[in-house]
Amino acid sequence: MADKLVVSTSPHFQKPGSTAGIMWTVNVALLPAGVAGVVIFGFSSFWLMATAIAFAVVCEALIQKGRGQKVTISDGSAFMTGLLLAFNLPPHCPLWVAAVGSIFAIAIAKQAFGGLGRNIFNPALAARAFLMAAWPQHLTVFTKPFVYDAVTSATPLHLLKEGKAADLADMGLEYWDLLVGNRGGSLGEVCVLVLVLGGLYLLWKGVISWHTPGSFVGTVALLTWVFGSRQGFFQGDWLFHILSGGLALGAIYMATDYVTSPITKKGQMVFGAGCGVLTVVIRLWGGYPEGVCYAILFMNGLVPLIDRFMKPRRYGV
Amino acid sequence: MKKLWRELWKGVFSENPIFFIVLGLCPALAVSTSLQNAVGMGLAATFVLVCSNILISSIRNFIPDKIRIPCYIVVIASFVVIVEMVMKAYAPALNRSLGVYVPLIVVNCIILGRAEAFASKNPVLLSLADGIGMGAGFTFALVVISFIREFLGSGKLAGYTVIPGFEPALVLALAPGALLILGLLMGGIQWVKSLRS
Repeated sequence: MADKLVVSTSPHFQKPGSTAGIMWTVNVALLPAGVAGVVIFGFSSFWLMATAIAFAVVCEALIQKGRGQKVTISDGSAFMTGLLLAFNLPPHCPLWVAAVGSIFAIAIAKQAFGGLGRNIFNPALAARAFLMAAWPQHLTVFTKPFVYDAVTSATPLHLLKEGKAADLADMGLEYWDLLVGNRGGSLGEVCVLVLVLGGLYLLWKGVISWHTPGSFVGTVALLTWVFGSRQGFFQGDWLFHILSGGLALGAIYMATDYVTSPITKKGQMVFGAGCGVLTVVIRLWGGYPEGVCYAILFMNGLVPLIDRFMKPRRYGV
Repeated sequence: MKKLWRELWKGVFSENPIFFIVLGLCPALAVSTSLQNAVGMGLAATFVLVCSNILISSIRNFIPDKIRIPCYIVVIASFVVIVEMVMKAYAPALNRSLGVYVPLIVVNCIILGRAEAFASKNPVLLSLADGIGMGAGFTFALVVISFIREFLGSGKLAGYTVIPGFEPALVLALAPGALLILGLLMGGIQWVKSLRS
């Protein structure tokens, strides 16, 4: 009788699984997008990913060793940070830029705040924002897909922002091109099809829920449909806005980061909607062609506030 | 004499206004983009600090307690005007690059803080030592920050290119870079301190 009455403190319901299990599942889901990046932009993408991952992992190990903590590089979180950072860089950007970015992501954005679970901002995105401010000349040069010779080409959102093309037909593209990644862009963001497949795998595994990506993408679709066209309201090309830029990568893999997103489902909806609003505001009226990175970083800063207002009601109160 | 030395040195290291008391960050972050600016700002602030410390300390028994802050401000502002006029006459380029931060020395919290916390309670000679020490500490901190920012943020030192071909990280010449560098320096100093004890 005694061993049947278990007395313990809350939480009483626990999900099976571990940090390492979740992180490596996400890494597996990201892998196809990396392969797609290599196929689309050539082998230099591989070295970019390898450099970013190596520097992130080694930096994490060195800092944890130096501070006398348990070295936790095998849990895959530093690996994921490096991989996501590489996904956010132009495929032909110099390797040292990726290395500096990885060191910034781990040393400043993650370990200086106390390590995994305590960082306010998504490390990979913080590093991208840092690199964007530090070496914009390397972060804004994108290359043509399937050419492999580093022929520069603007991303669809760049063309739209600079007024060089009004719609997809002007760019010589179709929705299918955007879906499979036949366009200029960051290493891991172009092949939306593979990213969505990875996202479905994560959903099936229960690693992410639909709330954040759903509200993020939904808000972007709604607002770009309403405001996206210069001709008038309700004529915007919302499908183009969903398929271009880093929206799929950001909504599925970065905004759903456990550490930097709200705890409750309601909070995640608010978080995703906020990301969507900011993304659209930056894309349509801001100075940069793409706003997913800054939108997520901004909302990361609001997460403690969202968590405070979206507290679940205690049972019986 | 020994006390004098202690007051002089504490401002430079153990009670450095930027790294330990964390006062006067606004000018420290804003003008530390180049070595020249940092030295100019440091010297200007030191002059005002020393003079206001001496004057406030010598009239400390005549200042009514209730209106002491306005009195300090009047004293400090007078010296700032002197600095500004001298700078405009003899170093117009420096004055232009420091811009609004020269008149803003009036509300520099290090100077007001030393007047309130030290000069109004101590004799003239000690206040003089305190002013020199704090001013030197402020200048020292500015020079260290601006050295790193100018080297990494624009690839130069005192206006001269150091390593040709080095691609500077622009962000360090901007405001976020100042906060980053200051934070890292303060972290590093605390780390060294914790190693010693």
